[in-house]
Parts: sequence; C-alpha cells; structure tokens
Amino acid sequence: MTRSRTCAPVGLAFGLLLLCLLGVALGSAVGSTGFESWLNAGQDDVAWQIVWDIRLPRSVGACAAGALLGLAGAVAQGLFRNPLADPYLLGSASGASLGVAMALALLGGHPFATEFLIRLGLTGAAFTGAVLAVLLTLVLARGVQHTLRLLLAGVIVGVVLGALASLITLMRPDVMQGMQGFLLGSTSFIGWTSCLLMLCVLLLCLALAFAFSRVLDALTLGESTAISLGLPLAPVRVALVCVLALATGTAVAQTGLVAFVGLAAPHLVRSVVQSKHNWGVVLSALMGGTLLLAADLLARIAITPQEMPVGVLTAVLGGGYLLWLMYRSQAAGAQS
Amino acid sequence: MASRNCTASSSSGRQAVLKRLLALRVAVLCALWCIASVAQALVLRDDRQLEVTLSKPPQRIVSLLPSLTETVCALGQCQKLVGVDRYSNWPDSIAKLPRMGGGIDPNIESVVALKPDLVLMATSARGAERLQALGLTVLALEPRSHADVQRVMHLVAQALDVPVHESDRVWRHIDAAVNAAAQSIPPHAKGVRVYFEVSRAPYGASESSFIGETLQRLGVRNILPASMGPFPKVNPEFVVRAQPDLIMVGDSNFADMVTRPGWQNMAAMRAQHVCTFKPQESDVLVRAGPRMAEAARLMAQCITDKAASPVRSKP
Repeated sequence: MTRSRTCAPVGLAFGLLLLCLLGVALGSAVGSTGFESWLNAGQDDVAWQIVWDIRLPRSVGACAAGALLGLAGAVAQGLFRNPLADPYLLGSASGASLGVAMALALLGGHPFATEFLIRLGLTGAAFTGAVLAVLLTLVLARGVQHTLRLLLAGVIVGVVLGALASLITLMRPDVMQGMQGFLLGSTSFIGWTSCLLMLCVLLLCLALAFAFSRVLDALTLGESTAISLGLPLAPVRVALVCVLALATGTAVAQTGLVAFVGLAAPHLVRSVVQSKHNWGVVLSALMGGTLLLAADLLARIAITPQEMPVGVLTAVLGGGYLLWLMYRSQAAGAQS
Repeated sequence: MASRNCTASSSSGRQAVLKRLLALRVAVLCALWCIASVAQALVLRDDRQLEVTLSKPPQRIVSLLPSLTETVCALGQCQKLVGVDRYSNWPDSIAKLPRMGGGIDPNIESVVALKPDLVLMATSARGAERLQALGLTVLALEPRSHADVQRVMHLVAQALDVPVHESDRVWRHIDAAVNAAAQSIPPHAKGVRVYFEVSRAPYGASESSFIGETLQRLGVRNILPASMGPFPKVNPEFVVRAQPDLIMVGDSNFADMVTRPGWQNMAAMRAQHVCTFKPQESDVLVRAGPRMAEAARLMAQCITDKAASPVRSKP
C-alpha cells in the first residue's frame, strides 16, 4: 500500500512529463503549413524559422501556461478548501480584461498614452490588471484571515471589473475584436521571451507552493486544526495568494483567458492518484500543461489551414473528460 | 610597372598630385554612393507612431485588413500581394490568394511561410509585435476618416515606391466621384435626416465617422451628432425620438429592426424610406478605403430613390 502510494504519483509525473515532451515534439511538426516545414527545416531558412521560432516556443509556451494555470488551480482549491475554486477566483481574470480593454481603448488616442502603452504592451497591461485586481480583493477583504470574506471580495471585484471592461468595450466598438480575441485565449503569439518568462515564474511558484504544501495539507483538516498544529497560517496564506496571483497573471497575460484548465487539472490529478499537496501541486501543473498543449495541438489541426481558438477546445476537452470521470466513478460507486 | 613609376617620378610632381586628387575624388564618390544607397532606405512613421524602415521597395506583401488590400490594388500593385486576411474580397483578382486568418486571429505561421517583405495590418489587430519579433516588416495603419484614407493611400504608395503623383491621381479620382455623387442628388432631397445603422447592437455611424463624412458631403444631415463619437451604441428610443427621414441598414439587420418596439410606427419605416444594402454593398460602405467613391454612389442612389419627398415628423 505504502509502496503504491509513493509510486503512483511518481509514475503519473513521469507519464505526464513524457506526454508533454511528446507533445512538444509533435508540436514542432504540426501547423498550418503542414509537415513540409519540418522536413525542410534543414535547408530552408523560413521553414527553420517556422519550426524553431514559431512552433516550438508556441508548444513550450502552451505547456508552461497550462502548468501555471494548473498549479494556480491546485493552490486555489487547497487554500479555499473548495473543489470549485479556480485560478481566476480572486478577480485576476476580470482585472486582466479591464487592463487589456483600457489599453486597447487608449491605444491610438493621446500620443503620450500610445507611446507608453506600446512600451507596456498588451501583455504588460493584462499582467498589471490581474495583479492589481488581486491586491484590490485583498484590500477589500482586509487581509487573508477570513476565507469567506476573501472569496466574496474576489467575486465582487471580478463582477465589477468585468462590468467595467464590458462598458469600455461597449463604448468603443472598435476594441471589440481585440477584446474577443483576448477573452477566447490564444497560444499563437508566444515567443521564446514569453516562454522563458513563464518558465521562470513557473519554477518560482512551484518551489513556493511545494514548500508551503504542508500548510495546504493541514488546511484540509480545518483552519483551527492547522493553527493548533503550530503552523504559521497567516504569512503562508499571504505567500500562497501571491503565488496564485503571480501564476495566474503571468499565464493570462501571455495567453488570454484560457478556460477551464485551472479548474480541471487538479480534479483530473485527484481522479487518478490520491496524494498529498506536495505531489498534488506538481502533478496539477504537469496535468495543466499537458491539457493545454493537447488543446493547442488540436486547435492547429482541427480546421487547417485556419486555427480554432484554443480556449474553446480546453473547455470541451477538459469538461468532457471530467464529466466522463464523474459518471464513471458514480457507476463504480453504484456497483460496489 | 617600374618604368611607369620611373616616368612618374621623372616628370614634375604635379602629375602625382593629380593622381592623388583623382584617388580622393573616387573615394569621395564611393562614400557618396554608399551614403546614397543607405539613404535609399525609406523610413515611414506608421499609425502606432513607430518608425518602419524599408531598405528596398517590397515585392511580396501580405495585407491583413480589407481596406488596406483594396488600397494596394487601387494603386495598381495587386500583383505584389501574396496573402490576405479572410475578410478581404475585392478585387476579384485576389480571390485565389492564400488566407491568413482574420484581424483577431492572424495565422503567424502561414504569414511567415510566405516570406513577405512587408505586412500591412490594422493597429488594433493582434500579432504585430510577434511578426516583428520574427523579423518581418510590419506597417500598421488604421484609416478612420476621409483624411486618413488619403494619408494612408499616400503612405502605402510611398512604401510600395509608387510615384506620389500616381497616388494623388487615385485620390483625386475618388474625391471627384464623391462630388459627382453629391451633385446627382436632386435639390429637394438635400437636407434629409439620415440614420445609418452599422450593426444590430445597434451601433450607428455618427457625423464624425467616415460614413458620416460622406453623408455630410452628400448634403444630407445625420441624426447622430459628432459629440457621440464615431460609432456610438445607440438607444433605440433615441432613433424613434429623432424621427429620421431615411434609414440606411445592411439587409441582414433589417428584419430585426421591424420588431423593435415603437419602430414600426416611425414615419420613415411606415413610408418605407429604408435602404437595405446587400452584404457586398455593406462591405463597400463600411470600409474606409478606395471604394469610398462607390459607397458615396450607393448612398446617393438610396437618397435619390427613397427621399424624393422628405417625410417630416408629425407636428
């Protein structure tokens, strides 16, 4: 029993890592220009550029963004002790949309604003928006002590900032297209710099989440138990909220609002192995990466030479798989 | 060689000086030529206020905005287009060009695979930064008014090394056609009050939009003032209250219009003073590009047909 407990997570981690590598390898070969680019990469400069500068960073980036979202999902569900918690819970998604909407609306307006925004870029605006939204939630909840207050403040911030973003979009119909693209989420604009940034943030967040996983374990037994165990609950909570904000903000800024990966990844992990939070966060990250990468690959293949929005596919894939797992476990429960 | 040197040294020093002068001249000429070839690189400022450098006139162009595709073709450079976005549909000669996705979802990989030396796209489109990072030259332009159309045409002409008088000629042609359209409207139809609906949300075209500018030049009035911004979201009640004499709308939006509360009793609706435009016509009307003249003709035709007797709102 103990052997299977320690082996299963390791096995799953290896399996997922292998899938990720396989996906990245496949990702370098699949795209709207087909296999030729991959076959000619040796001779043709442009084909090489397509494989090395477009497909590879895009695949690695999809993996990293999915991993960030999966990690954030696992942290959120552990922190709030709520299986429905997702990375966008503290208002970061709406904050990011508001940031993008404001940037798009101001772009081309005042020359000074335009110059500033071009420096900042849409990714910068989205990241700033996401982080500021989480800070606003923390201020409104007056700290991180009360889980319920934090949740409610997050919902309120999310709704209000989302409404403001919609208002801007409505007033300036010319930004509507750009907003639509952001809301659907896309992996096709990721370059090596974005990849590197996401991987660094991922490593940092993974290390922090791994270090604080004991607190998440203790939290499953209830807040009072966690405190009675002598764990420094308040500072660790602040740190975990920071991890959540950083991971979500980075992923959202680079890929837009990719749906469902953060919610589904921890559930998928739990459905395969039962583990403590230390393995849980790592596995959720790997699962999220695999999920988004698979969706990205499908998005490229499904209607070539055009592309499907990857957010649509993550929702369908993740949702469908989760539903199937739920019914399977129900059926198994009925039989036993 | 030695003998030549011998003669050179034997003759007066003047020849050596001359030789040196010649070498100097050649060097200066070389330097000038180098400077000239560097100066040939064209630097343009696009609508993002970024400086775009073109070392030589582009021969392979990808356009990701229909009005820019049309501008390139109006300048007679259609044959240099190698790819367009999925909404570009004019002129017919571009029908067979590969499609690169749309403004919000340009397919980066397909664009790069075409090896373009210039990518034209809207400033609001995504992916400009990514395409630039991949080494492509991106000129982002956003025509929003008549003056913009003229400016963008001039800029594209510069970029494509089309003589300035040529782009001026194309523009004068458009300008003259809009004036001719305005003159074709009978005097009693002048001054009718028009509501132009762009999409069914409903968004209308106000006086400050390029559609509004065309309407103004045609001598009709717009119920949406410039203060509302170019394409304001309109309260349906506002239109009923303003009682336009004439409504212009794409035919896909018209069906929905009849069912709006209070609209069927509007004088313009009752008198059927509504012009519905087919999808191809709508494309012409809503693109700020070289087909503005055709758009003006369509609108003038509509005004002449429908508003021959202006309906005034009831006292």
